[in-house]
Amino acid sequence: MSQSADFGPDLVEVFGPSQQDGGPELIQLLTPEGERVGHPDFSFDPGEGQDEAEVIRGFYRDMALTRRIDTEATALQRHGELGIWAQLLGQEAAQIGAGRALRPQDFVFPTYREHGVAWCRGVDPLSLLGLFRGVDQGSWNPADNNFGLYTIVIGAQALHATGYAMGVQRDGAVGTGDPDRDTAVIAHFGDGASSQGDVNESFIFAASYNAPVVFFCQNNQWAISEPIERQTRIPLYQRALGFGFPGLRVDGNDVLATYAVTKAALQRARDGQGPTFVEAYTYRMGAHTTTDDPTRYRLSDDVENWKLKDPIARVEVYLKRNGLADDDFFASVQAEADDLGVHLREGCKALPDPKPLSIFDHVFTEITPELEEQRDGYAAYLASFEGAH
Amino acid sequence: MATSKITLAKGLNMGLRKAMENDPKVLVMGEDVGKLGGVFRITDGLQKDFGEDRVIDSPLAESGIVGTAVGMALRGYRPVVEIQFDGFVYPAYDQIVCQVAKLTFRSQGKLKMPMVIRIPFGGGIGAVEHHSESPEAQFAHTPGLKVVACSNPVDGYWMIQQAIAHDDPVIFLEPKRQYHADKAELDESATPEPLFQSRVVRTGTDVTVLAYGPTVKTALKAAEAAAGEGKSLEVIDLRTLSPLDMAPVFESVRRTGRVVVTHEAHVNLGMGAELSARITEQCFYSLEAPVLRVGAFDTPYPASRIEEEYLPDLDRVLDAVDRTLEF
Ligand SMILES: Cc1ncc(C[n+]2csc(CCOP(=O)(O)OP(=O)(O)O)c2C)c(N)n1
Repeated sequence: MSQSADFGPDLVEVFGPSQQDGGPELIQLLTPEGERVGHPDFSFDPGEGQDEAEVIRGFYRDMALTRRIDTEATALQRHGELGIWAQLLGQEAAQIGAGRALRPQDFVFPTYREHGVAWCRGVDPLSLLGLFRGVDQGSWNPADNNFGLYTIVIGAQALHATGYAMGVQRDGAVGTGDPDRDTAVIAHFGDGASSQGDVNESFIFAASYNAPVVFFCQNNQWAISEPIERQTRIPLYQRALGFGFPGLRVDGNDVLATYAVTKAALQRARDGQGPTFVEAYTYRMGAHTTTDDPTRYRLSDDVENWKLKDPIARVEVYLKRNGLADDDFFASVQAEADDLGVHLREGCKALPDPKPLSIFDHVFTEITPELEEQRDGYAAYLASFEGAH
Repeated sequence: MATSKITLAKGLNMGLRKAMENDPKVLVMGEDVGKLGGVFRITDGLQKDFGEDRVIDSPLAESGIVGTAVGMALRGYRPVVEIQFDGFVYPAYDQIVCQVAKLTFRSQGKLKMPMVIRIPFGGGIGAVEHHSESPEAQFAHTPGLKVVACSNPVDGYWMIQQAIAHDDPVIFLEPKRQYHADKAELDESATPEPLFQSRVVRTGTDVTVLAYGPTVKTALKAAEAAAGEGKSLEVIDLRTLSPLDMAPVFESVRRTGRVVVTHEAHVNLGMGAELSARITEQCFYSLEAPVLRVGAFDTPYPASRIEEEYLPDLDRVLDAVDRTLEF
C-alpha cells in the first residue's frame, strides 16, 4: 500500500470548530439574554445626532411590524387569499439590521424572502403580496425605493448586483467622500444559493473589479430540506477570502450587530474598497414556504433551541430591563401592528385580478404587430363567448 | 394479476423504485430528493430504502447536478436527475446542450450518456413565476437528446423505467398538475409498449387531435364534449417528442384530413410547428384544412390568477376543432 498523502490543512484548525453554534467568530453585540456586549472591531453607533435608545426602539418596531406582515401573510395563505408565502419568521433582525444600514442612494437586490428589507426601503407590504397572490410578478417600481424585484431563480440577482455596482463605479459614485453620492449595492441570498454558479461568478467579478457590492447571505441553516452542511464544509463567510475579499460572520438574530457590520461593509464599498461578504448567521423558524412541511426533515429540538435566540425578544428584554421603553411604547407598536394587519387583510382581498388581455402588455417596450394580432384574435375569441351567453 | 389504483406521482415513484431494484447502477440526484422525497414527493422513501449513496441530495446548483451526473454516467452509473421545477433547468442548460447531448456523437459512440433528466413541467397549479413552464421544444430542438412526456399514471410507471434503461440521454417531462390528480389502474405484470411510440388514446373519424403531457386530458375532454355535438375526434398521445413517432399520426390524418395540435408551450416554434410541417409534407393531399395549433400565447408565463386564460383549455381546443371543420 502506498503511503497516504498528507497535505492540505486541517479544516477545523484553519476554519474554526463548527457550523453549529456560530463559532467564536460570530460577531455579537446583544446576547440572546438581552445583554449588550463589546466586540474589538465593531460597535453599535446609532448615527450622528441620533438618540441611541430611540434608534433601538425603532429597530424593535421594524422587527415587530415585519413579523406581523409575515404572520398576516401566512394567515392569508391559509385562507386561500395567497397561493404561497415565503415566511421570514426568525430572520427579522438580519433583515432589519441590513435594511436600516442602507442609505437612500444604495440599491438592494433581494431574493423572495426580503420582506423586512422591503419594509425598511418603504415598499408597501401590500405590494409584496401581489406576487404571492398571483395577480402580478412584482408590482413595485424598483426605482422608487432602490429596491429591486424579488428574484426566485436562486442566486441570479448576485450577478445583477455586481453589474449594477460596476455601473456605480463607472458613474464615479464611489470614493468621492460625499455621503450623499457614494453608493453601495447589496445582494441578498441564502446559504443554499451560495452553491450556485451565478453566486460564485458574482464573487469573481466583484473581486476582479473591486465593485462596491455587499454580499449579504442569510445563513438560515436550511435550503428547503437540505442542511447547511450539504452546501459547505467550512463556515460560509470563510469562502470570501479565497475569492479575494473579506468575509464576516455576524449574529443574524442580533439586530445591533447586523446593523453595525452591514453598515461598515456598505461604507467600505462606498469608499471604493470593494466587496465584502456578510454571513448573517440565523435560523429559518418557519417552513421554507407555506407549502413546505419541515417536520419531514428536521428536529423540533433544533427549532426549540433557536427560539431561545429570538431576535425580537432580546431587544424587548434589553429595552425593558434598562428602562428604555415603557408599556405605552409596546402598546403603540402593537396598535400599529394591528392597523397594518387590517391594511394587509383588506388590501389583499381587494387586489384586482389582472385582465386577460393584459397578458400581452409589456412583453416588449412596444407590442409587435405579431403579438398585436394574437391579442386581437384572443379578444375576438373572448367576445364570441359574450355573444353566446 | 397485481393491480392497484395509483396517481401519476405514485406511478413514477414505483417506477423509480423498480428501476433501482433492477439495476444497482441507477442513482437519483437532485435538490431535496432525499429525506423530503422531492417537493412533489416523487422520490418519497427512496433514500430510506436505497441509502444516501444512491439517492443523492445535491448542493443547490443545477449545472452542478447535471455536470456531475455526466461524470457519474462516464463512470458507468445511470443517473436520474430531478430538476425541481421546469424554470430551474436553465442553469443546467449548457451542460445539457453542450455536453449531455453531444458526448456520444463526439466520441463516435465510445461514450454513452444513459441519463434521465426528469422535469416537472407545465402550469395550472397557481404557482409563482418560473414554476409553470413548458421548455420541451428547446430540448427537442437539440440533436442528441431524446424527449418524452408522460400523461397518466400507468405511463409514468412504465416510461420512467424504460427511459432509465435506455442508453441515450432522455429529457423526461412530467405534467406536474397531474401528479396527484387522477388515479388509474396499474397492472404490473402487463407488457408496456415501447417508449418511443405514440398512442391513439381515442379513435375518431372527423378530426385528429395531437397532444402530450398535460393537454392529453384536455384533448380527451374536448373529444367527449365534441361527441355530444356529433363530432368525432381522434386523440393521439404523442408520448415521444424527440424522436417523433409520426406513423400513427399520418395514418390518422389520412383518414380524418383535419388536425389540431395542442400543447401548453408557446405556439411560436413549439412542437406544433414541427408536427404541422411534417404532416403537410407527408399528408398534403389528404388534408382538408390547414393544421391548427392551440397553445400558450407568445408571452412569458403570466401571473397565476390568469394562467387559465393563457393555457389552452377545452374551449380553445373545441374552437380550433370547429374552425378546422368549417374550413
Ligand atoms: C435555480 C433554482 N433552483 C431551484 C429553485 C427552487 N428553490 C427555491 S428556494 C430553494 C432553497 C433556497 O435556499 P437558500 O438559498 O438557503 O434560501 P432560503 O430559501 O433558505 O432563504 C430552492 C431549491 C429555485 N428557486 N431556483
